[in-house]
Amino acid sequence: MIERNHTQDDMMESLVEKNKKLIEDITDSYPKKVSKERKTHLVVIDPSEEQHIMADVATIPGIMTNRGCSYAGAKGVVFGPVKDILHLTHGPIGCGYYTWNTRRNLAEPEEGYNYFIKNCFSTNMQEKDVVFGGEKKLYGAIKEAYEIFKPKVIGIYATCPVGLIGDDIKAVAKKAEEELGIKVITVSCEGYKGVSQSAGHHLASNTLIMDIVGTKELENPTPYDINIFGEYNIGGDVWLVKDLLQKIGYRVVSVFTGDSKYDDLAKAHRAKLSILMCHRSINYTNRMMEEKFGVPWLKVNYIGITSTIESLREMAKFFDDPMIYENTEKVIEEELMKIKPRLDYYKERLKGKRAILFVGGSRAHHYQDLLKDIGMETIVAGYEFAHRDDYEGRKIIPEIKEAPHHKILDTYHFERVTEPAYPQEKIEEMKSKMPDHFMNYEGMMVHMEEGSIVIDDFNHHETEELIKALKPDIFLSGIKDRYVFQKMGVPSRQIHSYDYSGPYSAFEGAVNFARDMDMAINNPIWKEVTPPWKK
Amino acid sequence: MECNNTERKYLTVNPLKTCQPLGAVWACLGIHQCMPHSHGSQGCTSYLRMQLTRHFREFIPTTTSSFSEAQVVFGGVGNLKQAIRNILSIYKPKVIGISTTCSAETIGDDVPGTINEMRASGEIPEDVKVFTASTPSYVGSHVTGFSNMVKSAIETFAKKSSPNGKINIIPGLLSPGDLREIKRILKIMGIDAIILPDISDVLDAPMTGEIHLYQKGGTTISEIEDMGNSIATIVLGREAGIAPAESLNEMYNVPYEVLPLPIGISNVDKFIMKLSEITGKPIPYELEEERGRLVDMMLDAHAHWYNKKAAVFGDPDIVEAIVGYANDLGINVLYALTGTYSSEWEKTVKSMVPDAYVSSDSDLWYLKEQLDKKPVDMLFGNSHGKYLAKEYDLPLLRVGFPILDRANLQHFPIVGYKGTAWLVERTGNTLLDYKDAKSPEHLLELIM
Repeated sequence: MIERNHTQDDMMESLVEKNKKLIEDITDSYPKKVSKERKTHLVVIDPSEEQHIMADVATIPGIMTNRGCSYAGAKGVVFGPVKDILHLTHGPIGCGYYTWNTRRNLAEPEEGYNYFIKNCFSTNMQEKDVVFGGEKKLYGAIKEAYEIFKPKVIGIYATCPVGLIGDDIKAVAKKAEEELGIKVITVSCEGYKGVSQSAGHHLASNTLIMDIVGTKELENPTPYDINIFGEYNIGGDVWLVKDLLQKIGYRVVSVFTGDSKYDDLAKAHRAKLSILMCHRSINYTNRMMEEKFGVPWLKVNYIGITSTIESLREMAKFFDDPMIYENTEKVIEEELMKIKPRLDYYKERLKGKRAILFVGGSRAHHYQDLLKDIGMETIVAGYEFAHRDDYEGRKIIPEIKEAPHHKILDTYHFERVTEPAYPQEKIEEMKSKMPDHFMNYEGMMVHMEEGSIVIDDFNHHETEELIKALKPDIFLSGIKDRYVFQKMGVPSRQIHSYDYSGPYSAFEGAVNFARDMDMAINNPIWKEVTPPWKK
Repeated sequence: MECNNTERKYLTVNPLKTCQPLGAVWACLGIHQCMPHSHGSQGCTSYLRMQLTRHFREFIPTTTSSFSEAQVVFGGVGNLKQAIRNILSIYKPKVIGISTTCSAETIGDDVPGTINEMRASGEIPEDVKVFTASTPSYVGSHVTGFSNMVKSAIETFAKKSSPNGKINIIPGLLSPGDLREIKRILKIMGIDAIILPDISDVLDAPMTGEIHLYQKGGTTISEIEDMGNSIATIVLGREAGIAPAESLNEMYNVPYEVLPLPIGISNVDKFIMKLSEITGKPIPYELEEERGRLVDMMLDAHAHWYNKKAAVFGDPDIVEAIVGYANDLGINVLYALTGTYSSEWEKTVKSMVPDAYVSSDSDLWYLKEQLDKKPVDMLFGNSHGKYLAKEYDLPLLRVGFPILDRANLQHFPIVGYKGTAWLVERTGNTLLDYKDAKSPEHLLELIM
């Protein structure tokens, strides 16, 4: 049982020195080759030196990793939440099955649109399909899906065997489009591509830009049209954010891709600005949107109260409009008033509690802000599938050497194809008012406290050792760890899916989060772990 | 949702199965200090760990060979070797159970050959046991994967020396609570048994404040070795267990009996009587009492479920057992559906409910289409049925795998007379809760 009493001894040695020694000890316990490799993925924040971290390289075979695959990134993360696309997994049953309703991308049915989000569609490939090819089955499945469900759009996602046997899913899609008169998009996101789900984000972004964005025109454009990028509406997050933005006067053209529709994504190029939540999963799309359609983007964070306020104010600066400025301040004031008493209650109960954060996308970064808002601190933060720029900021991108696995992930560059909604000079003027870090993401490390630990592709062994040594008050991670460290007596909650709770975004979400932290940490059952006769 | 009913040949919608690797890992978890290793891309491992964790709410340790393009082009043997070295040094298991994924199978990696080579070179020490199974997702289902892995454990480890007077039980994909109940029955009857695999004390470990990569439970290798010396094997659930029992029979002449999962009074009777018949042990009065209490409960509450119409779906063995349970209660099963194809299963279930639609190559969309035409009063099945339950306003009795949206159910047995009694309680009272929720106030009755 982990006893959580933070003694004075902690202060004696400098935290930086202490934690450096700790991670040295943890990695030294590995076989030599593994130790050497893992050392490059663990960093103790030390402002006195220039620090780098290794990321986006293959996981060491045999290590219990939390990483997923390319298919998980493309179908599971990016395309899965689009509610009116009939998502057809081409492959054996497992992959489709595992992405069936497992990511809590809440979405509402809408009049006049298909709603397929609760269903799992698969070609359920059998051995004979792997031997003789699966194209016939894929085409048959598309046709049957069309006959039963009358979808306007079908998405096809390829799994491992499809790439290995060489099914031409693009050709099948083309044939189906011609014969059925519907749109069929494809993503060749075979699981072995790349080193994590990150490859799937890249591949899905390519499909978004090549086949979807820019194919429809936005009716009645307004000066306040925006896109929300990298927001998948876990537990309803985007609904709270959308509500705030609409109160201020913005119009949300599309969300990539929480509670989203094909038609809205197709019109995204007509927005004036895209705001980006999850940097890793969809920054590719933002870059291509800027090149192809001239839509600028802003890295924001709506997890945490301070971050939400800062994000709203920076957005207002971009539009530089008296109405927007005024409404922004009004909304901030109103929302703060609404949550204050409830938040104060939890802050009192959570004061000084320390967290370990291990969550993908930008969550390990964002949640630090929210924890700070409720009086907690983050002592370790790590990502599953991040790249170096998520840790060290976009300035590092030119320095990142291209690994062999990057070569198969086509990176497209575009000439401008449409005139942007604002002339380029106007956009440049708007951008010039923004602080640089908003347009040029600084990464997570620069915002972390001295002595805190950053870990890439965290694994079971490292987590166990860190928890034993650092005795956190809470471990925030995903389902695969959720019950592991709880058994050690460490309160634990899922920050991928919020343990069936949420939303955690914006102002109300912060209160929900604080409530859930209190529920986990101050749960009376923790007192019962040791039987009274053993106390 | 508006839709047109149609016959489908190519498209699966809302499947009643998942892939072999999940079942293979499940089986490995029931072997003492075994690290399940999945040879293929890490996504497979990530997914099945996620699903098993959600179902059991427990630590599911598994490792992966972490394939990327290089491995699918040049072969994954190098990664397998590296993985085994790392597993041995970092996780120190007594046993490693290796299953394969689609990608490894499609490129044709020689897993057993690689292990033999590592064994011969001394890289795998004598005291660490390894067994392997071929488990591509494009064959069968998670039930097949479970069966293949258990079969491999037997083929790899079982031996023949002197008779041990024990019986073997292959319990299929039962929950930890169910396994506990089976062990309690065996204890009452004074029977020594080897249960393979046994996930109790692994996937229902107590909260102690300590972490154990390997929990105290699981079938030991010496127990598996001893299985060749047993009097007989009882297979609970044909689809998950018959292949391993057949292997053991072919190897060492251990006879086997295939029984339905002991859920429902007649299925439990069969189990108890078979135990008695094989071992020569009498059926103790204690069990007769439990049975009597169960019959009493069923009579006391029969009006709540009698003549209700039901659909049953999920893994084949549990569906078969629940159909038997429903027959005992006088519930009419109109649909019995699974996604793990087996003509033998279809024949058996059809003989139990001749008027029902029985299919082992079905999915939940099929059930949806049928409910439009011929409705039922209740559903027995896994959590995926909750959307149908909502749409057709039906009570859903959650049984089988996966149960993702209710907590703690895996701790409570539904096997044996006691387990069946609890299922009977759930069946009757769920229907009453449903009735109360639907009743207008003036018809809400206190005396049922």
